[in-house]
Amino acid sequence: MATDPRGTGRLPDSFLTPGSSSFAEFIGEQAPELLPGRRTPPTTAVTNEAPHGTTIVAATFEGGVLMAGDRRATMGNVIAQRDIEKVYPADELSCVGIAGTAGLAVEMVRLFQVELEHYEKIEGITLSVDGKANRLAALLRGNLPMAMQGLAVVPLFAGYDEPRGGGRIFSYDVTGGRYEETAFHAVGSGSVFARGSLKKLYRDDLTARECAMAVVQALYDAADDDSATGGPDLTRRIFPVVSMVTADGYTRFADAEVGEIADEVVAGRMRRPDGPAAQLS
Amino acid sequence: MTTPFYVSPEQLMKDRADYARKGIARGRSVVVLQYADGIAFVAENPSQALHKISEIYDRVAFAAVGRYNEFENLRIAGVRLADLRGYSYDRADVTGRGLANAYAQTLGTIFSSGGEKPYEVEIFVAEVGTGREHDQIYRLTYDGSVADEQGFAAMGGSVEPVTTYLKEHYEPDLAFDQAVQLAAAALGHDEQQPRTLKAEALEVAVLDRTRSQPRKFKRIGSERIAGLFATSA
Repeated sequence: MATDPRGTGRLPDSFLTPGSSSFAEFIGEQAPELLPGRRTPPTTAVTNEAPHGTTIVAATFEGGVLMAGDRRATMGNVIAQRDIEKVYPADELSCVGIAGTAGLAVEMVRLFQVELEHYEKIEGITLSVDGKANRLAALLRGNLPMAMQGLAVVPLFAGYDEPRGGGRIFSYDVTGGRYEETAFHAVGSGSVFARGSLKKLYRDDLTARECAMAVVQALYDAADDDSATGGPDLTRRIFPVVSMVTADGYTRFADAEVGEIADEVVAGRMRRPDGPAAQLS
Repeated sequence: MTTPFYVSPEQLMKDRADYARKGIARGRSVVVLQYADGIAFVAENPSQALHKISEIYDRVAFAAVGRYNEFENLRIAGVRLADLRGYSYDRADVTGRGLANAYAQTLGTIFSSGGEKPYEVEIFVAEVGTGREHDQIYRLTYDGSVADEQGFAAMGGSVEPVTTYLKEHYEPDLAFDQAVQLAAAALGHDEQQPRTLKAEALEVAVLDRTRSQPRKFKRIGSERIAGLFATSA
């Protein structure tokens, strides 16, 4: 593949023609079958046949942004996977979390990662944070016919904005609508509970470690009230994926460190199952 | 009716080769060498924006001399090929050898086809391995020939004195600083009178196998390069 149809092994002319710096546009012309948005959507709505990913939360802190996701994927009432990863690096200064149809979402993340890297290599500079967020919206727009058949993908994007010196969060709807969020946000089936939890826990002077504690608390609250969100699995030692993006780049918290935070959260819930109490006024 | 003028195939190829070689010799040289942590590329390039050295993929990089628009086209085609292959198979399936083959076929067909003018370029394709013995450096010429280089290599400009200097002074497992200093000295020995190159006229990049990210390519900033020469002087 990807060589000359004449069978010479020579690079096809289309590869040598100057054109777009977008990888998605390039494969749209060269190998359209690889683009998720070009596939024919199923004629009847899909409900429980494909695994769905659930809750993703993100929150900013001084000098960066943090994103966390639970580890559960569900197919109806069945737990399809208990250690799925739903938070990925998009490039060295941004990350993306996914809720919705897991198969399509993981594929969209792969395409998005290549899209950013491809632009960076061809142009010699990285896209701005807004540029990255817009590219993700464009990829999402191509998935609308699938979403209408029950195969929706809902990502959450967070990146470190170098000129501004801080983290930024963007949420999306299935039509490719892009909305910038301040401070924190959550997507997925447990997002309502996670957001309620973060409302009470979030402060803008949290350190990275405290912020990690807040998002793990929020995921615990989501798992508490949403059957599709997985809580910390103490017997198997499976904990949420927690990643952060700062000026130094993307880093994922080590499993041991998240385990420590999760143990602390669980110990607190043993005393007070509803979690830390906020002040009344 | 005029009789077509006969040119022997040997003469035709020789003319095309001379044409390409002349274009390549006009520019300045590029040096590639293995050092302790990977592969370093050093080019004499006064421009900060128009690069001769570029990243292709995780472990693969590209350097070129000759006509800018031609090697820029080849570079973009290489990035497209690598990204497409990595996306449709896996990141581990993109290799320097595959890329070198595609370039060789492309350059070879263009050189021997009557319709197109030969490309006036020479290219290095290098892939850094997990250890020194797994590093690969390929040198491709305008006619599509491929040479597998060991340790160090130079191309473009007055390549012979530069290569001779490298041959006399190169040692395996040099530290990064020494490797760049050696390469810069070699680039300066391209004329009768050795020149000392200014730090701002150098473009330096490495494929560093000790880098923790999957992408091993790193461009070295002008401040760091200037620092290398301040300490050595």
